[in-house]
Amino acid sequence: MSITLNINGQDHLIDVDPQMPLLWAIRETVGLTGTKFGCGIAQCGNCTVIVDGNAVRSCNTPVAAAAGKAIRTIEGVSENNDHPVQQAWQEFTVPQCGYCQSGQIMSAVALLEKSPDPTDNEIDKAMAGNICRCGTYPRIRAAIHRAAELSKT
Amino acid sequence: MKHMNLTRRSFMKITTSAAGGLAVGIHFPSMAEASVEGAAAEINAWLTIDPDNIVSIVTPQTEMGQGAFTAVPMMVAEELDIPWENVRHVYASANRHVNNDNLYTTTSTGGSTTVSRRHPYMMQAGASARERLRVAAANRWNVPVDQVTAKQGWLTTEHEEQGTIQGTYGEFAAEAAAVTLDEEPAIKAYGDWWLLGRDVPRLDVPLKTNGTATYPIDVSVPGMVHAAAMACPVPEGRLVSYDFEAVKDMPGVIAAVELQQVKEVPAFTDLRSGVAIVADSWYQAQNALAVMPIVWDYGRGASISTESQMAEAMQLISQPGALVLNEDGNVGRRLDRGVNHDAVHGIIEASASQVTGEVYYRPFETHATMMPPCAVADVKDDRVDVWTFTQDIARSLNEVADQLGRGTENVFLHQTYLGGGFGGGYNMDVHRQAAAISAAVGRPVKVIRSREEDIAQDSQRPPVWGTYKAALGEDGLPEALVTHFVGDEKFPAFSQRGVANMPYLVPNRRHEYSAVQNHVPIGYHRAPGANSTGFIVEQMVDELAQAGGWDPLEWRIKMTEGNEPWQRVLLAMKEKSGWTTDMGRGEGMGLAVVASHGTVAGCVATVAVSRRGQIFIDKLDFYINSGYVINPLAAREQAESSAIWELSHAMFGGLVIREGRIVNTNFDSYQMMKMADTPPEIVVHMEMSEDQWWGGLGEPTGPPTPPAVANAIFYATGTRVRSTPIANAEL
Ligand code: FES
Ligand code: FES
Repeated sequence: MSITLNINGQDHLIDVDPQMPLLWAIRETVGLTGTKFGCGIAQCGNCTVIVDGNAVRSCNTPVAAAAGKAIRTIEGVSENNDHPVQQAWQEFTVPQCGYCQSGQIMSAVALLEKSPDPTDNEIDKAMAGNICRCGTYPRIRAAIHRAAELSKT
Repeated sequence: MKHMNLTRRSFMKITTSAAGGLAVGIHFPSMAEASVEGAAAEINAWLTIDPDNIVSIVTPQTEMGQGAFTAVPMMVAEELDIPWENVRHVYASANRHVNNDNLYTTTSTGGSTTVSRRHPYMMQAGASARERLRVAAANRWNVPVDQVTAKQGWLTTEHEEQGTIQGTYGEFAAEAAAVTLDEEPAIKAYGDWWLLGRDVPRLDVPLKTNGTATYPIDVSVPGMVHAAAMACPVPEGRLVSYDFEAVKDMPGVIAAVELQQVKEVPAFTDLRSGVAIVADSWYQAQNALAVMPIVWDYGRGASISTESQMAEAMQLISQPGALVLNEDGNVGRRLDRGVNHDAVHGIIEASASQVTGEVYYRPFETHATMMPPCAVADVKDDRVDVWTFTQDIARSLNEVADQLGRGTENVFLHQTYLGGGFGGGYNMDVHRQAAAISAAVGRPVKVIRSREEDIAQDSQRPPVWGTYKAALGEDGLPEALVTHFVGDEKFPAFSQRGVANMPYLVPNRRHEYSAVQNHVPIGYHRAPGANSTGFIVEQMVDELAQAGGWDPLEWRIKMTEGNEPWQRVLLAMKEKSGWTTDMGRGEGMGLAVVASHGTVAGCVATVAVSRRGQIFIDKLDFYINSGYVINPLAAREQAESSAIWELSHAMFGGLVIREGRIVNTNFDSYQMMKMADTPPEIVVHMEMSEDQWWGGLGEPTGPPTPPAVANAIFYATGTRVRSTPIANAEL
């Protein structure tokens, strides 16, 4: 079936099984590999993308459900790796292996767009779907607060 | 064993790169390593200097989040004396390594050794290049070499007539490449460093904030197809038959490939019996594999379960086990201290103040690297290219060649970033799967393991049970102690490390060991051994202290008298942690100290337990004595990372086996620590002995964390948590 995906402001006409998870359409069909596969059952958050402003697990979102919506992936966060969240991530050297970090960053971006100065509680909630096996949580928390600060200036 | 009668100079290999830069390959044995290993280890490092003074440094180790791609360049740059901004990291060629007599000595990445054990030859590579640059400048300027300085990328001399003359390293690189040194320079000692010892942000961070870091799963080759593979869900079992006809018309499906197991019981990285479906996309391959009828011969494992192993362990632990003298089963240093193994049981039985421990238990845990195992292979008649999850690129290259029955000359195994390693990258057959499938279908193929297949097939950390019996002397300290630990039959050392050779010296000491039947493959799991045994030993110690009327911290200080690295950690805890065993109802402080990878790591945990039994870990305070630290920032990050890693298992983990299969194979059932569970305060104190050494830092804070938390829970509630997951404990 032909489906049009709008990813990072660009339309992609793809011919796939409408039940195929959005994750594989993004990674394999469109070829944007920044979005990662970790569990396939909406438990790790590695595959997080932003669809119409909401952080969504692309591994259990059928591609058909995302048709026509505005999808943002890590590649669309900024041109020059300088979105406040990315800046804060670099300043606090958040990533270790880095594999979970696209998903972490997408969750953080979505959070800050809704709540520009989140409390620790809000951070816990918004990031509850993202596992980091390397245990970078303390730096992620600090970096989200820092990104909130950077966004104000 | 390699012969050692070559001089350092004869190991030098010098080539000029096409760009006219200096390419230095240095090849000489490191005495430090050779003495550790007891065999001549060949050592190598490699760097290039471009005309514009940019230095590219090769790292033979893999980057899995631990910072190798920063640590290795730092060590080289320290000696070369080049501004850090001029340093670039480049991947090592596994092919060149393997086909040139292990050019880089080892590409193995584990055991927290990249800095601790490899620094001598990496620093030597930088020093050697720097000296050759000085000689090249001296020759061109016609001055004695001792009048040329090399500093921050500049060569400088004060010329009698011309005054100060300067040139960049890049300007002299080509000439330096032709220089042969009469003698290799000595590497710098601690105290002379300008770069090492400073906080240096890891070089790969920016690539990991915009999705551009490439992992095996991101690799794409023209014409590539996708495969999902499955081995027997009961480890050691084998494929009997499969019905490809039933799925061959499903969308995208191209072929089924049987994976042939050669050995009866496969080793770590041997291809396991199984089957793969190849399709246009991984989603299609996985869908078809999920519904294809497959018949397995489950083998002996089908009768093994968590319950059966538990029952067997409880039976074994109630009887005497085999005497073990240290973790390797050899006569260890304890014997020198007059340990009386044979009399111990008798002394305890005759004692009026016996302490009998209950049984402690840590279950199986899995690696669950964030990137599920994945490999891409492109097998052609004249060339093979592979990208894979591995912590040793050379070993995996050799295994691919072995799998295909080819020589190594035309096999290229490319480094990528790894989505975590934690030891899991040593125990893989995914590169063999990819090579076998690509060879079978004649196309490049990417194999991705579903998370379920990853956890079902991983080489797991083994379960450990432990108990003890002691007799206390008049001073309340143990006079005799027997420990009995039960592990798995496949890797006994993992259930004994840190027990037989614990630092607490008891005059009459005996350690015994037994093993349960186990079909599940076992592998290295960040701080292997210490991660489980530390949980048991450090709670036993608290129980012994309590029984003898000692404060647990004072007990440890007393029992490690004369052991300076431990004393330093324990005394720092006493001075800085605000240590107390009495925080009032519902709150507690606990401590634990475990040595692993040449590092002594202590943890003081502060917890609160609600009336309903909910546990809050308010603070983790670490005291680490690792010897030299080349990058304190990265060291703190690793300390935090290992602590959270191990706490995750202790709080939520534990694999369950039913009829031989691992039951909890995804993150809905194998739980992990999340943001909200992470202790809000984690403090890392570096407490270095003056007489320093090179200890590892990628793992050691893991082992003391769970016992410190469990001890804290005891002081908060009076309940001792003797098994994990702690979150399941009735408090
Ligand atoms: S891959 Fe989607 S949540 Fe894990
Ligand atoms: S950085 Fe490795 S999983 Fe998060």
